[in-house]
Amino acid sequence: MSSPEVLPDSEAKRWKYLNNVRTRPGAFVDPEEFDGSTVVENMDKIKIFGAGGLGCEILKNLALSGFKDISVIDMDTIDISNLNRQFLFRHADVGKFKAEVAAKFVERRVKGVKITPYNCKIQDFDEDFYQQFQIVVCGLDSIEARRWINATLVNMASCENPDSMKPLIDGGTEGFKGQARVILPTMGSCIECQLDMHAPRAAVPLCTLASIPRQPEHCIEWAHVIAWDKEKPFPQLDKDDPEHITWLYQKALERAKEFNISGVTYSLTQGVVKNIIPAIAATNSVIAAACCNEALKIASSCAPFLGTPGEGEPNYMMYSGNDSIYTYTFKHEQKEDCPVCGMTARVLKVNPKWTLEELIESFATLPEAQLKKPSVRAEGKTLYMQLPPNLEEQTRPNLGKTLEQLGLTEGTEIAVTDPAFVGVVFNFSLKFA
Amino acid sequence: MTEIVMDQTPPILQGPSDKERKYDRQLRLWAASGQAALESANILLVNSGAGTVGVETLKNLILPGIGRFVIHDNALVDEADLGVNFFLDDSCHGKPRAQCLASLLGELNPEVDGDWSPKTKNDSLGSLLKKSPLFTAIMYTYPINHVELESLEQYSKEHKTPLIAIHSTGFYSYFTIRLPGIFPIVDTHPDETATTDLRLLSPWPELVEFAKTMTKDIDSLDNFEHGHLPYVVILLHYLDKWKATHNGTYPSTYKEKTEFRQLVRDAARTDNPEGGEENFDEAAAAVLKTVAPFSLPSGLKEVFEYEHKGPIQERPTFWIIADAVKVFYTNHGSLPLPGNVPDMKAQSKVYVQLQNIYKAKARKDAAEVLQTAQAIAGTGREVDPAEVDLFCKNAAFVKLINVEGGGDTAPLGSKERLQQVLRQEMANDQVAEMTLQPMSLFPIYLALRGLAHCGNASSDKTQIVEAVKSLLSDNLSSEEYGDLNEKLGNVAEDLARAEYGELHNISALTGGMVAQEMIKIITKQYIPIDNTCVFDGIRSRTQVFHV
Repeated sequence: MSSPEVLPDSEAKRWKYLNNVRTRPGAFVDPEEFDGSTVVENMDKIKIFGAGGLGCEILKNLALSGFKDISVIDMDTIDISNLNRQFLFRHADVGKFKAEVAAKFVERRVKGVKITPYNCKIQDFDEDFYQQFQIVVCGLDSIEARRWINATLVNMASCENPDSMKPLIDGGTEGFKGQARVILPTMGSCIECQLDMHAPRAAVPLCTLASIPRQPEHCIEWAHVIAWDKEKPFPQLDKDDPEHITWLYQKALERAKEFNISGVTYSLTQGVVKNIIPAIAATNSVIAAACCNEALKIASSCAPFLGTPGEGEPNYMMYSGNDSIYTYTFKHEQKEDCPVCGMTARVLKVNPKWTLEELIESFATLPEAQLKKPSVRAEGKTLYMQLPPNLEEQTRPNLGKTLEQLGLTEGTEIAVTDPAFVGVVFNFSLKFA
Repeated sequence: MTEIVMDQTPPILQGPSDKERKYDRQLRLWAASGQAALESANILLVNSGAGTVGVETLKNLILPGIGRFVIHDNALVDEADLGVNFFLDDSCHGKPRAQCLASLLGELNPEVDGDWSPKTKNDSLGSLLKKSPLFTAIMYTYPINHVELESLEQYSKEHKTPLIAIHSTGFYSYFTIRLPGIFPIVDTHPDETATTDLRLLSPWPELVEFAKTMTKDIDSLDNFEHGHLPYVVILLHYLDKWKATHNGTYPSTYKEKTEFRQLVRDAARTDNPEGGEENFDEAAAAVLKTVAPFSLPSGLKEVFEYEHKGPIQERPTFWIIADAVKVFYTNHGSLPLPGNVPDMKAQSKVYVQLQNIYKAKARKDAAEVLQTAQAIAGTGREVDPAEVDLFCKNAAFVKLINVEGGGDTAPLGSKERLQQVLRQEMANDQVAEMTLQPMSLFPIYLALRGLAHCGNASSDKTQIVEAVKSLLSDNLSSEEYGDLNEKLGNVAEDLARAEYGELHNISALTGGMVAQEMIKIITKQYIPIDNTCVFDGIRSRTQVFHV
């Protein structure tokens, strides 16, 4: 066994446990191919960024994994409901920016680590910004944000420049369940390829809300979507304002009384309106640590990591803790027709009698698209543009025309874009059903 | 009555307290009852070695608000601690590690009481155990010394305290939960996909009446009424029709069920703008799950068949209620009705009526069970109706944890049990190899046990493997060892490089899992592992063993 590189005395002592492992090949790495002497120096230089609700856990873990140059991006401010798991924050911090408070805390606690906070959205930066990092770790709380960073990193990656390929390590949790996955942009399955693993929740039909409610949730959604719109008690709905939630709660309660439905509570109202996902420290610990474990292995090469390219090599770990403990670690295959990283256009089953408007609306609920404001071009011609306003006005008449009338035929390729995913073109090949 | 002024936003009535707001995200998992159980919990951590995994576990218990924790740790903080343990900082150098940990962990949640030990040379673990208020659960980490381990095992036996062993070294970890005797869980929180008990094949008079009234002239109902028949009613109607033309029997084979399903599909009206009826779609989709004869769920069967020692009056209430449910089952051939009805397309009024019919039957059944339970318990003891209700709602999903296997199964915790599990795992591996399934993680568990047996940081691959062999004793054939040797050897080699040190990520991950399990045990909600979980940080996988 080779011994860890000689470092200033206290540094060597401090990082003894980490260095014993990361500078030695262990049993699953070819000792001929492994150079333990450069690991520490290399990792010192790695720039890594973490973001999202798992942020506290990720920062702690990365700092104690030997990373020295960490950036954290988070637009959120601290809320009291974060305190049961986002452990870098205290009561006195409520209202402050998460990125800033978290960065300060970890820098104070773990000496020698530099953490640069950015109090903004990940979408506020462009490719040039992200070029500076070697690894990206995400614990974001929305599919949109994940798809955005995925598309950005895939677009950036080019085979001419190996440095442009940044491993993306992504984690997410919900109650006792979660997943951790590693994406090597262009080299394997990406977030977009894996969209089918997160089916959008079916919305309650409008007629149920409007005339035949049966569950307390229906009464709440009615208050949220119909009553609020009609009565406009405040100019803009602020889901974090207890006054607004109370208004919705009271309205939902009245409606429930009218239909003899029980079960409307303040807590349920909040949950439905804000789409609250239960969360605890324990599951967040598991998933964030799984992600950072992969980051350490990728950075040091001291052990095989999730996402290793190759036949049958797993890249995705699913975790479930409500009934015993189960993990399912498998390889999610890259999709040839992935709009982001694939080569071919995705087949889209459509009815030629659909109007363009119906086609456009279908993109929102289509599991493999999930686009809320799509613009469509076909074979060089612009069919409908959401923006800018003058182009929208110009193309609006097309909305009422059927696909047939617009000259689309079997096999026509259409190109769809969406403002949530700048720089990404979703290519579909039409198949008439 | 005072008039409510409608154009003024009402004051925030019944708004959540600060504590409810803080704990909101977790209350949605275990509700106020679970939270109350957590807040009465008193947890002891006996810490040792690199000292991180137990601390990470505590963090995940303090944040959700356990009542109290105590850390017993003989170490003084040294430089190596600062490179792995988040809850120590530069100012702690040379100080008692327990003290610093208690302080920095305590900051996480002001509602939680924290203490530490030893404060003086005379404060042994034994004396701490003697003078402390009763511990709800105790966890300890390797390399705990054997004298302290013995005190814990003694205490656990005497006070029936759950004891959790945790070992995290390098890329590997495991933890084992030793529960005092059999552990029943009623509130298992089954997945949404678990079948709701609608009793379509054995409807009771009120339900039959309701369905008959709604479908009396089904074909002459207008499109609105027809399209809003609840699918429960649709299925009951067509099941009746099937019975009439099939000698009084229900669809039972797969072929018959698919035939029946088609019958239901064909009954949907298509002369409408949608070209079909959503409620009939729902009915067809529900056939395979709901047109199924009753069979006693295995968890409940185990409860009914469990052989007790001693009179029933001395057992925990769970068993008294279980016996009452058994009587109900014997008398009626069915379980008490849980009473919940899934959402379905229907008019609000009709749906609520249907719901009430199910709720009324459920209440009636629960009342019968309560009466029986009270009779069994005798006059000196009150049976809580709420407990009976919970059991009746969850009867199909109750689970027993920590049952000693009958017959040939060696006692849990014994050497023989270890060998039995090993043989089974090696046999599974032979199949797994052929079917490209993942290999067993049991060699990891053995290697960590072996490392603890060696007891020191300079243990190398050979020493670890030898220690495992002595743990297993010599009952294994050299052929069986042959298989194990290679797998064990790799793990031992990877383990040895860590020199008994912890990697923060592995300890943080393990700390998450252990805390989750302890929460399940304390709240008695969700299903705990039974009883050992191993984590492989090389391949990012877990596996649970019953050792």
